[in-house]
Amino acid sequence: MNTSSHCIVIGASHAAVQLIISLRQNGWEGSITVISDEAHLPYQRPPLSKAYLANTIADEQLALRAPAAYEKLDVTFKLSTTVTAIDTDNKQVHLDSGEALNFDKLALCTGARARPLPILGADLNAVHYLRTMDDVKGIQASAASAKNAVIIGGGYIGLETAASLNKLGVKVTVLETESRLLKRVASPQVSAFYLRLHTEEGIDIRLNTQAAELVGEQTLHQVICADGTAIEADMAIIGIGVIANTELASDAGLTVDNGVLVNEFAQTSHSDIVAAGDCTNHPNPILNRNLRLESVPNAIEQAKAAAASLCGIEKPYAELPWFWSDQFDVKLQIAGMNQGYTEAVVRGDIDNGRSFSVFYTANNKILAADCINRPKDFMLAKKLILQNADCDPATLADENIELKSLLQ
Amino acid sequence: MPVINYVEFNGTEHSVEVAEGVSLMQGAMDNLIEGMVAECGGCCVCCTCHCMIDPQWAEAAGTAAKEEAELLGFLDAREETSRLSCQVKVTAAMDGMLVRLPESQF
Repeated sequence: MNTSSHCIVIGASHAAVQLIISLRQNGWEGSITVISDEAHLPYQRPPLSKAYLANTIADEQLALRAPAAYEKLDVTFKLSTTVTAIDTDNKQVHLDSGEALNFDKLALCTGARARPLPILGADLNAVHYLRTMDDVKGIQASAASAKNAVIIGGGYIGLETAASLNKLGVKVTVLETESRLLKRVASPQVSAFYLRLHTEEGIDIRLNTQAAELVGEQTLHQVICADGTAIEADMAIIGIGVIANTELASDAGLTVDNGVLVNEFAQTSHSDIVAAGDCTNHPNPILNRNLRLESVPNAIEQAKAAAASLCGIEKPYAELPWFWSDQFDVKLQIAGMNQGYTEAVVRGDIDNGRSFSVFYTANNKILAADCINRPKDFMLAKKLILQNADCDPATLADENIELKSLLQ
Repeated sequence: MPVINYVEFNGTEHSVEVAEGVSLMQGAMDNLIEGMVAECGGCCVCCTCHCMIDPQWAEAAGTAAKEEAELLGFLDAREETSRLSCQVKVTAAMDGMLVRLPESQF
């Protein structure tokens, strides 16, 4: 491999870090530059809305790797730097400083950004989004003096943030426009459980409720709902989903379609450019369809495929998607994706307590499982899905029958 | 700083310093030891930071809590001293500890 080759990585989160580590493991001897518009070295994003917001872990613990690891990898970081354009003809990236850097290979790990809420007052002080470490520092600063918080959006980020703010002693109201929480990702059964959980913990959940205006002078005083209801609030957090950062790719002429389009080797439509993580639309050979995921395991595993490609090695990315969410004392682990299920089979008591699983099946096969404080069920569900094992709903629902007995 | 000796499945040994209070998982990650996958970043969710503590150090490492113990039950290469390394915080008493990493993470 050529020691004079230069690989540029745009973005510095989970995908980027795995990509640079895998590049070196695969024998990349050239130079590596990582460009990030954030001021921090790479850090873990999942704890932002959970332990980090709730003040139970410190800044150093959030670091993805110790700084010495990057020295060992011989990687140059350009932080607080924005890439303004990719010039594929001259193989250069242009930076906001006016500088242009040459590359031989380029990796797009640009991730996603919080979807903005276009309503009046969204730019007031004490109105936050939650995507970065600096966002969370802002939320913590507001929370230090806040009594009432309104969270706009009842998805995972909104609900995890609600639980964390509750721990900090702030009274929380969650506004969700849909008729149930987590509608985009969870089944009605699991949505109902999360409504019960948050209500039991003292969170005021308002479904079918849309925020229409944020009112205040400099800082926030009230959230006005579409039906005219006013809610007193001294801080608000908007968590209504993300938008994949694909503009650099599309401006450079790469194929973009609900994410930067890549193949199973994380290669884009340009032979010297790969992409990995939240910003990609990629094929999943286990599910036989294309996915754009917002997930750390996806970022890490896809980055391994991307790094291999850059080193001329074919290592297809083929993993079953999985996710997790921590709220209060409840750990949700999700194996697979439930689209297309015909039956939701509950194992355990979903109406009382906080430990059960829901298996989503079609034709006696498990497509996905939501496991609430049931790590055992989660591990088995993953295996059963990958084995495409026969699992009849009656057996799945019967706690007297060990799930293990269904393994092939 | 305590020295931890990580041994990968192929026998490659890494003797590295890990600060007290840092997990065995993070210690391996910070030192770029390949036999550590740690997909979830240390949240006791994913089971990809499995390690086997050398028996003579098992006491220093302590015992697994219920959640970790349940997950350990699903590992193919589970041994009596298996732990999820994200759940083991390094202490002064672990100076010199020997930790093996499994084939599944190789």
